[in-house]
Amino acid sequence: MRVPPSLITLALVLVLVTAPAFAERIVGDAMPDRLAAAPGDPERGRAIVTSRQTGLCLLCHSGPFPEERFQGDLAPSLAGVGSRLSEGQIRLRIADARGLDPDTIMPSYLRTDGLDRVAETWRGKPILSAGEIEDVVAFLATLKD
Amino acid sequence: MTVRRSSLAAAVILLAGTALASDTDRRSGFDFMGPQTQAMQADDTANPGMLSVLDGEDLWNTPAGAANRSCADCHGDAATSMRGVATRYPSYDEKAKAPITLDQRILQCRADRQEAPPLAWESPDLLALSAYVAHQSRGLPVETGADPQLTPFIDQGRELFTQRQGQLDFSCADCHDANWGKRLGGAVIPQAHPTGYPIYRLEWQAMGSLQRRLRNCMAGVRAEPYGFGSPEHTELELFLMTRARGLPLETPGVRP
Ligand code: HEC
Ligand code: HEC
Repeated sequence: MRVPPSLITLALVLVLVTAPAFAERIVGDAMPDRLAAAPGDPERGRAIVTSRQTGLCLLCHSGPFPEERFQGDLAPSLAGVGSRLSEGQIRLRIADARGLDPDTIMPSYLRTDGLDRVAETWRGKPILSAGEIEDVVAFLATLKD
Repeated sequence: MTVRRSSLAAAVILLAGTALASDTDRRSGFDFMGPQTQAMQADDTANPGMLSVLDGEDLWNTPAGAANRSCADCHGDAATSMRGVATRYPSYDEKAKAPITLDQRILQCRADRQEAPPLAWESPDLLALSAYVAHQSRGLPVETGADPQLTPFIDQGRELFTQRQGQLDFSCADCHDANWGKRLGGAVIPQAHPTGYPIYRLEWQAMGSLQRRLRNCMAGVRAEPYGFGSPEHTELELFLMTRARGLPLETPGVRP
């Protein structure tokens, strides 16, 4: 297939405009700076993590949530994640786990590019907003053991 | 020469090995269910899908349309004429120059031979006729995909199965090839063999087609579900049935 030059230009412009926002935040395997101005709220973060509609985390992960009956076993337990990883490492793993490892099934919660056939309700939207991700990071950082 | 032959032999052994491994590893969704749900499917007096099969039997024998003909008028006793038919679907249709599903064949007979108004997708009558016809093959192994004309469509189905889609960016294979047997929240991920359709699903409290099931999976990853009767559904079904070759049909299956 031949790609018209105008499309190539468009793609280049898009890469130039969107990539730095993501790429320049990444240092090594972490995203050290907050994605939102306000610091995250751990209590809101817990609600997001345990929600089957917003966070979806317990579809795949288990963790120290004794009141949650159905927890997944597709992913490592979230117990102790706050002592295994820094806040910056946690932030990058939520924002863009696929960027770290293209083969992982952990979704990239902040990405909206490179997706196919997204249902209309969700089109152009990340799975979680920057503020929600900060809440989740703040909560996971409290899971020390 | 010897090198080439031995590496060829190694490749053959490797291929045979993987084929064997995947054959013995193949399990119906039935095998991942709890004992109570299994018992419900296995006992015809407890299986709610049998009510739909019985409705289908009535419809089979009832004249319909401008032609005022029943399915039985053309096909006779389904126990003999329809035995094994569902094991070969989707199959290649010479007129369409493409594969069609069992439901599409039933709709075709209704339009062309009964001259009756079409049944809606997921309507109780279409599900019942489909369940009745597929039930005649219960216990027989899936044979779909033998016709070489189907090859490009099977390839297309495999493509759809392995492409990532939706806001969560998953392919069918991410769950059903790479992670079957694991727990996604409260559900165990099956291998996605379409051997029990149409099924009675406890969550739906109703009968439903394979297309309804696939649309659920697509909605789960927040992808735009394909339309009922779309070529994509036929190609996915064709690929899944070919992948399930040799497994026995179970219609009507019961699923959680
Ligand atoms: C569809 C599956 C899935 C969902 C949903 C999911 N994850 Fe993950 N997650 C994984 C997998 C798998 C890994 C392991 C990374 C790998 O090896 O690919 C992982 C890794 C992680 C890690 C790194 C853990 C460690 O010990 O290194 C964190 C932190 C994490 N996930 C948090 C979350 C949070 C918070 C959510 C929800 C907002 C979430 N995940 C949703 C599958 C998932
Ligand atoms: C994120 C995981 C996931 C993805 C992606 C997914 N599925 Fe599923 N699928 C499931 C789960 C879990 C079930 C079983 C649900 C239940 O127990 O009721 C299921 C059930 C099925 C079944 C029913 C099997 C049976 O025994 O009746 C089929 C067929 C199927 N999926 C096909 C597909 C296809 C085709 C795709 C892609 C278009 C797909 N799935 C994408 C998780 C997934």
